[in-house]
Amino acid sequence: MIKIKWFRGQWLHITAGKTLMYAFMLVMVAFTSLPLIFLVNTAFKPMEELFLFPPRFFVMRPVLTNFTDLVFVVSSAAVPFTRFFFNSLFVTVSIVFLTVLVSSLGAYALVKFKPPGATAIFSIVIMALMFSPHVTRIPTYMVVNSLGLINTYWALILPNIAVAFNIFLMKQFMEQYPNELIEAARIDGAREFKIFWSLVMPSMAPAWSTLIVFTFVTNWNDFFSPLIYVTSQAMRTLPLALQVIGGGPAGMTVGRAGAVAAATLLMTIPTVITFTVMQGRVMETMVHSGIKG
Amino acid sequence: MERFKVFIQKNWMGYLFLAPFLILFTTFVVVPVFYAIGLSFTNFNMLQPPTFVGLNNYLLLLLDDQIFLTAIGNTLVFALITGPTGYFLSFFAAWAINQMKAKRFIALAFYAPSITSAVAMSVVWLVIFSGDRYGYANNILITLGLIESPIMWNTDPNYIMTVIIIISLWMSMGTGFLVFLAGLQSVPKEYYEAGSIDGIRSRAQELIYITLPAMKPQLLFGAITAIVAAFGVFDIAVSVAGMPSPNYAGHTIVAHLYDYAFIRFQMGYASAVAVVLFLMTFILGRLVMRMLSSKDE
Repeated sequence: MIKIKWFRGQWLHITAGKTLMYAFMLVMVAFTSLPLIFLVNTAFKPMEELFLFPPRFFVMRPVLTNFTDLVFVVSSAAVPFTRFFFNSLFVTVSIVFLTVLVSSLGAYALVKFKPPGATAIFSIVIMALMFSPHVTRIPTYMVVNSLGLINTYWALILPNIAVAFNIFLMKQFMEQYPNELIEAARIDGAREFKIFWSLVMPSMAPAWSTLIVFTFVTNWNDFFSPLIYVTSQAMRTLPLALQVIGGGPAGMTVGRAGAVAAATLLMTIPTVITFTVMQGRVMETMVHSGIKG
Repeated sequence: MERFKVFIQKNWMGYLFLAPFLILFTTFVVVPVFYAIGLSFTNFNMLQPPTFVGLNNYLLLLLDDQIFLTAIGNTLVFALITGPTGYFLSFFAAWAINQMKAKRFIALAFYAPSITSAVAMSVVWLVIFSGDRYGYANNILITLGLIESPIMWNTDPNYIMTVIIIISLWMSMGTGFLVFLAGLQSVPKEYYEAGSIDGIRSRAQELIYITLPAMKPQLLFGAITAIVAAFGVFDIAVSVAGMPSPNYAGHTIVAHLYDYAFIRFQMGYASAVAVVLFLMTFILGRLVMRMLSSKDE
């Protein structure tokens, strides 16, 4: 074991096992970060490098033309690009907020109130999770259509709130919350919603932070919902608008490939921010104490 | 009537908390699922109204559809390898990162494939698994002298499944990883303090006697979602091998389903495939739940 002085007067203990672990993780991280590195590199590639064969991973001569191209394409479009951005942000944030609230309330009820039928409801949730989403798309469209929601924000938001995956996730974490603390709060005269909101939810921060990341990533990149539920230009969200920049459903007409690369990079920024903020929360929250109370 | 009153008094709060979820879930998930199950007993081309055909789709699917059997075989091979491997790797990664410095940065790198869109992913693997000698994988293997001529990774039926498995493992660990990371944060610190008093000395002992039992709910969640993801393999398979893949070597159950639903417009048959897939996942899911379920269930 080697000891090295680390900053703030801490000692860094280096053991064989730790070194091995760091080496292994470094390899894993190198592999998993490839897509992100690639995305950044591609956005700065000049046109001739974008279509280089064999393709190169790293940019050789970085330029900003892709971004200026993007500004040009965007400013010449019929619908201002800010509108797509607003649509995406509004829809995604609404879904995130509502799904966290609705799934947490539901999960809390399933685990802590356990009304008759709770087990059956949970079984149905698990079964729904296992049913292939491809074949339910058309029935879901029929439901959305018959409710008259086509071409509204509701069509983009409502079907994505009560997701089986989300309530399952919250339920698993809620199971760990000690019943004694809830009982104690009840004896102190706290109201049920207050117990849920100010006692249980704060200590569920790792769970809902994770859920926020999942939901944000999924819906921010969701291409399918706006494609089938929205018909007017002005209701489109970024993933769909990105294809318009690309010049058609194939996504990549040669002339616009640079603009698409730049836009793809810009589109990942909000997800990276969400991830960093929320993961910071997960890792820095003091773990709730189950025993001391 | 009196009993009904008592029942409501005792449980109304629970149902109230569940109400928003139940209403939305029933409308946008349960109804469509039952509709799809209903469709599996019909012929439905999405233009004319469905016509009832009884068990016909199922009989065709299970007795006559050779390609479906290939798809089941491929999916099982894929699921048996990537399911457990991905599960253990993502748990190990979360557990290791949790003890490391620069956690946030490493976690981001690990989750990156889930953030970046599918387009970026497919280009990345193309650079690596390109079928000529310029592809990084071929290049390295040739330089090392392990092979003499480049391997056609995504057209040679002998290699397609291997490539799909490697890329899937690489791209899809993010979900389980994040849940495990959050789960590790939720293990009360007191457990570890109590453990060290009770004579737990090594990290491995800590993992086996404290961390794993305390994380049972997250382990179950990870297992179920890993099974669902493994049996639902589709996107990566298609972007690697195309559709239909050479000799159906990369044909999975969901690829079969997608083929019938959105290329041949036989929604009834596709729904039957979905029901069979569901039953397979469900049986396995039950087994896993029995193994991992927490005590109060």
